[in-house]
Amino acid sequence: MADLPLLGSLDMARFVARGFLRFDGVVPAEINDQFLTEAGEADYPKPGQKMMRTYGELLHRAQIPEVAAATPLSDAYPEGSAVARLLALPLVKGAIQSLVGAEPVFDHHFLHVTFPPAYYQAGGGEHVSQHTHQDSTIDPTAGFDLQIMYYPHKVTRDMGGTRFIPGTHLRRVSEVALGRYQNIAGQQHMVCEAGTLLFLHNGIWHGGGVNHSDRTRTMFKVRMNPSRPQVRLWDVEPKAQAQRPIFLVKTPQPETVESILMTSEPWFEQDTGRLEFVNRIKLWRHLTGDPTYDADYWMGRLENPARA
Amino acid sequence: MRQKVLVLYLANSALDAPTVAWAVYDGTGETRPMAGDNDKPPYRTGVDALKDGWRLFQAAQILPHHRGEEFDLAYLKYEFFFEKLVEAA
Repeated sequence: MADLPLLGSLDMARFVARGFLRFDGVVPAEINDQFLTEAGEADYPKPGQKMMRTYGELLHRAQIPEVAAATPLSDAYPEGSAVARLLALPLVKGAIQSLVGAEPVFDHHFLHVTFPPAYYQAGGGEHVSQHTHQDSTIDPTAGFDLQIMYYPHKVTRDMGGTRFIPGTHLRRVSEVALGRYQNIAGQQHMVCEAGTLLFLHNGIWHGGGVNHSDRTRTMFKVRMNPSRPQVRLWDVEPKAQAQRPIFLVKTPQPETVESILMTSEPWFEQDTGRLEFVNRIKLWRHLTGDPTYDADYWMGRLENPARA
Repeated sequence: MRQKVLVLYLANSALDAPTVAWAVYDGTGETRPMAGDNDKPPYRTGVDALKDGWRLFQAAQILPHHRGEEFDLAYLKYEFFFEKLVEAA
């Protein structure tokens, strides 16, 4: 696997800073078609049949295996299945290895389907978007899990798409406790071509959009855990730069790990945006195994031994 | 009478700071705001909401930072609740 395309340091820095990497149209059409066949289509609901029952019947029929949590990912999917083929794509395998190591552990997966208005008219229930949330529960760990969202067909804006807010992944919140926030500056809605993958830090705030189109929208999510410390798993060059000028800057700065880590998001509060920078530095320290790493002097100022 | 509620999250504790997140809840039932329904804030600042007739009824406190947890971040800090009372149809 020496020739596996690992992520470079700039992409790793983008993941650390924003909590996602997006790969548009990288899954071949043949695998997308196979996946949609294996997933199946929901029946049009019988009058009076609840939406959740329609959804449950779809999940029951889908040729996607039940898999026990904590199974090695390499054992989770039957050979030749669409998901097994997707996970074997060199780009996918290299990115997974860069983020959670070569032998990740399967956590869970789910087939997310959002239904068009006609299904609600027939089956009842309110046709609304999903509240914004962070998956699982409060996560105080230094590392992260990887969640891959797979879009096997084209997603248009009126189909809703996954909504996510870049840069929210380092906040320690409790699942949907943040559901009150309907809209957040800088939020993105997944509009993409078939075969697109979204690699997410498990902490990123997200939610399913409401589907206003006339067809169902399908997204498959699989979460995986690292099985070894997430230290220097990617193509680590280039190394960290020396400190650069801050605040009073007269010359354009090149794109570096530091420039990426020190880029704000539109929703950043003016004071806590700086704490986001500190937390990005801490995550980069964890991933590089370098407890002295710093960017733009945020930690150097605080860790000055003369002030201890 | 019915209540419409506007929640603005601002970039700092000042009511004239820029909006970074927002929500609307409509007690009249005439509209159904929901997550992800608008990518542009309804007001640039909290003061702009006041100018449009929204009445502020709650503002987040500014709290000290516990020692050892100074860098921990969770929920948005600068939350302002506004209301409008409207006649029920």
